[in-house]
Amino acid sequence: MRTYAYFPGCSLEKMAHSYHASALETSRALGVELQELEDWNCCGATAYFHVDELLAYTLCARNLAMAEKAKLPLVAPCSGCYKNMYFTRDHLQHDADLAEHINAALAEDNLKFSGDSTVHHLIEVFVNDVGLAEVKAKVTNPLKGLRVAAYYGCQILRPRKHAKENVEQPKFFEELVAACGAEPVPYLLRLTCCSGALIITNREAALSMVRNLLECAVRARATVIVTACPLCQVNLECYQKQVNKEFGTEFNMPVMYFTQLMGLALGIPPKRLGIGSELVAVMPAIKEAQETEPALAAK
Amino acid sequence: MSAAAAETTTASTAPLDNGISFVEEISNLLYASKGNAINTCIQCGTCSATCPVASGGFMDNSPRRIIALIRSGFKEQVLKANTYWYCASCYQCTVRCPRGIDIAELMYGLKRYTVWKTQHQEGLIGPVFSETFVKMILRSGRSYEPVLATTYLFTYGLPEMIQEAQTATALMLKGRLPVLPARIKRLDNFRRMIQHIIPLGDKE
Repeated sequence: MRTYAYFPGCSLEKMAHSYHASALETSRALGVELQELEDWNCCGATAYFHVDELLAYTLCARNLAMAEKAKLPLVAPCSGCYKNMYFTRDHLQHDADLAEHINAALAEDNLKFSGDSTVHHLIEVFVNDVGLAEVKAKVTNPLKGLRVAAYYGCQILRPRKHAKENVEQPKFFEELVAACGAEPVPYLLRLTCCSGALIITNREAALSMVRNLLECAVRARATVIVTACPLCQVNLECYQKQVNKEFGTEFNMPVMYFTQLMGLALGIPPKRLGIGSELVAVMPAIKEAQETEPALAAK
Repeated sequence: MSAAAAETTTASTAPLDNGISFVEEISNLLYASKGNAINTCIQCGTCSATCPVASGGFMDNSPRRIIALIRSGFKEQVLKANTYWYCASCYQCTVRCPRGIDIAELMYGLKRYTVWKTQHQEGLIGPVFSETFVKMILRSGRSYEPVLATTYLFTYGLPEMIQEAQTATALMLKGRLPVLPARIKRLDNFRRMIQHIIPLGDKE
């Protein structure tokens, strides 16, 4: 049993509760225990780094210190939370003065940062720690015929964490999709930004960026876009109607979390994966793909 | 771009703040950045070409141009630009810069600079949003979406407002919007922790 300190992040409490549910279900099915970090606080999103860097590091360091107290590696399902905490740990480890300053603040909550707990994105846990062979072995309901646009987005990969990692031509997301029996399509904009928080601060730019991503997925004849970040999911799915209104398009593209895709492949009932809370229904697309699959195979 | 290009103002000749030049001032903001100094920029334009917001035509000055303006001391033009407030932090420029400059962190640095000096371009939602977000976290330790809506809705026209309300209603029907704000348990400790970093008023 692999155990991690689980940092759900604010989005997963409500907006992305289906990501939370499916993360827990999928982890359980794969022998991964996610122990929710007790009394975790917001990672600061991007907004904190806009206002005060030191404050932003302090917020992240509190969560890191709590994971250390539990003696567990930290895992975050949101790419933004992951990036913030990964780099806070990195900066504090390399800057003793910064760490000392922040530790003086953390002492108010009886906490101390030492850098012992590593930081991971949930998708890395499945891809690297559990391993794709293990995932594949546990698949009972291969999602044959489902054409998936695996959408990496930004902050799982960027900025670069190690000198030699592949940030331009990654393959792990497509490989995970393939391990679930589905078919990853060549998705040209898989690394292009979903517009992030611009959906609030610059609607015009954001809707145009979302439109490009949707159009690209349609051109690749994807049936569904799969994401690993709650903000990507909200921007691509919940703003589809607004994109259609602004640009006169007719997108109706389901956008699901990779944990939901995995959960279905592992034979977990859709309801337990939070499927049904999306604005563009996922199940019809999946059923259709699975029904047409024998016909495709016969050709 | 044309408006910025038409600027007749020349590089700032005003006395230096604290005896340091604008480019030094900006470089000092990049405390945690591991990248190279902006003086090493070769103006190749990879950042602008790779930026999904700049290449969509939404920035008044491209990232490449902002770096050139900083280096030449065009402080006023830099403070007036929307470039950094329209940066979505996708880090594509950072990973592709052939000189290893952490351009996305530079954008963060510029945001902080204009927030501190309250000198950002008028009408931008970004600074208001960020400040509201920070106050919200200081109050409760957690994010709460409905508070954030107040930062941008007033800038919307009626059609956008209606569309936004429709999206919110759809999300609410699916149980995806919080009714009550969440808060952390050890809030007193949390606030004392924050006070080590920045001074907080008695209230909020």
